[in-house]
Amino acid sequence: MLIPCPHCGTRPVEEFTFLGDASVTRPTSNDPASMEQWYDYVYLRANPRGRFAEFAHHSGGCRAWLVVTRNTETHEVYGAVTARDYARAKGAKA
Amino acid sequence: MTSFRLSKGGLIDRAAQLSFSFDGKRFTGHKGDTLASALLANGVTLMGRSFKYHRPRGPITAGAAEPNALVELREGGRKEANTRATMVELYDGLVAASQNRWPSLDFDVGAVNSLASSIFVAGFYYKTFMWPKSFWEKIYEPLIRRAAGLGTASKLPDPDKYEKAYAHCDLLVIGSGPTGLMAALAAGRAGKRVILADEGSALGGSLLNEREEIGGTSGLDWAMGVLAELASLPNVTLMPRTTVIGWFDGNIFGAVERVSDHVAAPDPHEPRQRYWKIIAKRAVLAAGAEERPVAFGGNDTPGVMLASAMRTYANRYAAAAGKSVVVFGNNDHAYRTARDLKAHGVHVEVIIDSRKESGADAAGVPVLRGRMVADVTGGRAVKAVHLTDGTHIACDAVAMSGGFSPIVNLACHKGAKPRWDANLLAFLPPDTGAAFTAAGAAAGKMLLSECLADGAAKGAADGRAISVPTCRDEAHAIAPLWWVKESQGKAFIDYQNDATAKDLPLAAREGYKDIELAKRYTTTGMATDQGKLGNVNAIAIMAEATGRSMDEVGTTTFRPFYTPVAFGAFAGPFTGHHFQPVRKTPLHDWAAEQGAVFVETGLWMRSSWFPRKGEDWLAAASREVLATRSGVGLCDVSTLGKIDVQGRDAGQFLDKLYCNTFSTLAVGKARYGLMLREDGIVSDDGTTSRLAEDHYVMTTTTANAAKVMAQMEFAHQALFPDLDVTYVSVTEQWAQMAVAGPKSRATLQKIVDGLAMSDETVPYMAALEVSILGGIPARLFRLSFSGEHAYELAVPADYGNMAARALMQAGAEFGIVPYGVEALSIMRIEKGHVAGGELNGTTTAGDLGLGKMMSTKKDYIGRMMAQREGLNDPNRQCVVGIRPVDVTDRIRSGAHILRKDDKPSMANDQGYVSSVAWSPMLNMWIGLALVANGRARHGEIVQVWDGLRGTQVLGEICDPMHFDKENKRLHA
Repeated sequence: MLIPCPHCGTRPVEEFTFLGDASVTRPTSNDPASMEQWYDYVYLRANPRGRFAEFAHHSGGCRAWLVVTRNTETHEVYGAVTARDYARAKGAKA
Repeated sequence: MTSFRLSKGGLIDRAAQLSFSFDGKRFTGHKGDTLASALLANGVTLMGRSFKYHRPRGPITAGAAEPNALVELREGGRKEANTRATMVELYDGLVAASQNRWPSLDFDVGAVNSLASSIFVAGFYYKTFMWPKSFWEKIYEPLIRRAAGLGTASKLPDPDKYEKAYAHCDLLVIGSGPTGLMAALAAGRAGKRVILADEGSALGGSLLNEREEIGGTSGLDWAMGVLAELASLPNVTLMPRTTVIGWFDGNIFGAVERVSDHVAAPDPHEPRQRYWKIIAKRAVLAAGAEERPVAFGGNDTPGVMLASAMRTYANRYAAAAGKSVVVFGNNDHAYRTARDLKAHGVHVEVIIDSRKESGADAAGVPVLRGRMVADVTGGRAVKAVHLTDGTHIACDAVAMSGGFSPIVNLACHKGAKPRWDANLLAFLPPDTGAAFTAAGAAAGKMLLSECLADGAAKGAADGRAISVPTCRDEAHAIAPLWWVKESQGKAFIDYQNDATAKDLPLAAREGYKDIELAKRYTTTGMATDQGKLGNVNAIAIMAEATGRSMDEVGTTTFRPFYTPVAFGAFAGPFTGHHFQPVRKTPLHDWAAEQGAVFVETGLWMRSSWFPRKGEDWLAAASREVLATRSGVGLCDVSTLGKIDVQGRDAGQFLDKLYCNTFSTLAVGKARYGLMLREDGIVSDDGTTSRLAEDHYVMTTTTANAAKVMAQMEFAHQALFPDLDVTYVSVTEQWAQMAVAGPKSRATLQKIVDGLAMSDETVPYMAALEVSILGGIPARLFRLSFSGEHAYELAVPADYGNMAARALMQAGAEFGIVPYGVEALSIMRIEKGHVAGGELNGTTTAGDLGLGKMMSTKKDYIGRMMAQREGLNDPNRQCVVGIRPVDVTDRIRSGAHILRKDDKPSMANDQGYVSSVAWSPMLNMWIGLALVANGRARHGEIVQVWDGLRGTQVLGEICDPMHFDKENKRLHA
């Protein structure tokens, strides 16, 4: 599998370390009332068939954390953005 | 011995005579031979014994699918078992041995298995060796393994080197027969980067084996012309001896190049094999088609082989399979076989055609139609065939053809299933998209003209077509024939596993109708050839037995690798210390000078203890502790992870990472920090110092240095992207040493420049930038892991050895000693400091007695989850000290803690000993333990039960701090 790293170009998957579902967002509240959100954030992970965005660390390359979107069924890789851009875009939306 | 070498023809170099040995006997062959062709030319058809029945076997094929002629090739560390003699290029001095026979290939005691074959039917392991259960592991399995089997592996290390390489291309062409050559030519002429890979020793594919006519010349000459043109194109790479073994995501193909397998030993600096990952924009599968055997009695007798193999041995290797041949088939290729053999002067007795009609040219060879070979007699060599009509024909070789199966394997590696074509009687490759297409015979094109045109079309790029040469086509009509049921003898479907045609209906009767289950029950399609020859026949017989269509039965799963691959090829150069490189600290040379014994921890070589004459590790470590606690000791702590953190928001960032607060830390001070995972469990600890308002230096444990760095990158980039902070690992850039003991200050004072060291100038937890030895930049931290008045000194890595030597000199008057990680560990256990045994991925800050460090004033990773009820249960196991009641008793790490009067059982488990040490200060074994509700149980007498070592002693739970509870020495 090849991953299009925004910094390094297309690189083999062996250079990356995967962390899983990138759809989760770390809650901002430390209020005990937010505990349910925290459980979801820490433990609930999607495992869809089809399109899936997941965190990947280019640990054998530029060391950027990326969000790689791929198809879990066909293994087609749709693209990758940096986790920073992804987080900022999500923050802007929220 | 009669020679079966034809007097002329073939692609062998008759001038180059090669000597080789098989089972200790000397033979000669020629350059261009395979081991199998050279043996056949010498009249040797018996090359192995079968897996289960030990039946005599010879080669069935002349290529990669060979199930029978498996040998142990080479000797010593280079011995390779199960090597296909049909693929081994002959070289001078080759040594091979047959497999699975005892005492000899000619007389094999195991062949009595054949007489008892009624109990060796499908599933016999499961039926016969069921009872008693305990016998399986100790008696049945070893017995079966000895009696049934393939070759044996060498126990010596492999002396050869292997490489890994990447290649990129616009078009990868797999197979260099007529289809592949046309595809490569079309893309090559269009200027595309082309790789043409073929598993054969020479390029040309079937054109090397068959008599064809293309473009007004022989197929061989045409192929040589095309190869010459391809070789002249700078954008085309030709890769013979390269088997493409798998198709992977991203159109990446795995390929094994046999760089040196055709010579006795690789040249120095050459690998034996090279594993390629070929990243192809497009690829064409031009792997051709595999001929199928027919199931009839004795179809495994040496001398029975595929018709195409017999043609190949005659046409390419100038070796005759026999003196008098019977050709048997269900298709027109039987006729071309007879023609080819006749042209080479080999007598063909008769063609047996299972069909009633055929228009193919028999070139004067008699043809018996509408009949079949029922049985071959002869045992170790063919003597005769018996036909279904009772006819008896003497012969010494049988060529058989049951039709052709496109080699679809690679196209199915991603899970798509092939589909049955009832007209061609073949499974065709699935649609695999535009980036990987099958062409030619692999796509079911059975005529040469179709192959040439298909290759040209599939290889064409940018709309640039090339002209397709004219050629002569062979007839290819076929009628179904899988199994001659009139057979008396064993009719083999899968030669390598000794599975017979009868096994499949039996499996169906017993409920294993699913082809995947039938495969496992009958073992059809397993082992090194993975059913390349027999699977389609097996599917057809299963379809008939269960009244289903071929598509309904379907194929088993095609998985990488196409052919077996040596482990070495996958390991490549990454073996031993090339897999796990050695990391030496900047103080390695100093420690070696001091006589250190090094221990590998992760990749690091750490100085473990510094024995003096006659000392074992415990004596050395104990002496080091005593000397340090009474004077001064020097320890290399360079392996600790060091991360330089800078930026306006550095403090804020560290506040997120640690459960305690760093933004409030004064410049020039250090603080112990504890990191949690987001689920509230402790992940790492270490001291972090603030060197300037916007500059911190973090330390991590040795083991977690890389992990913490990756977690910081995640936290910053994915969670807190707007923090203005940057950080870099500087672990390798700094040499760091602990200087501990009452004389540590006096020692350091002698090398530190211009600083009068005192509790005022260098207070406890100070972190200062200083210089030493007249200008060497250094960082001085007043930290203590040992519990002594102690410092850590960091200098740029290249100054490490110099600084350590200077400290040894400075401390000489105080009796300074170097101490290793053993002494370090003893002292930390004496002081009750937690380390790896306690920071074990299950403990919370509270469990470690560090609950008060968790800030309530800020958000940090792990804060919320750490508040969960279960993580705050007072009955959780927490860190305590443990010591023996009788001080002569030894407490062992891993021992379990039980209440004093409870029976030794895990049901009564209260916790376990996580760290132990012999304390030279207390003169006894002491430890740290994780015990349920432990902090409330100090003073309780418990059993320390080590069920593994069978020991049980009484211990006392105590404060983890075994020594100097008031921390007087720290501030002395």
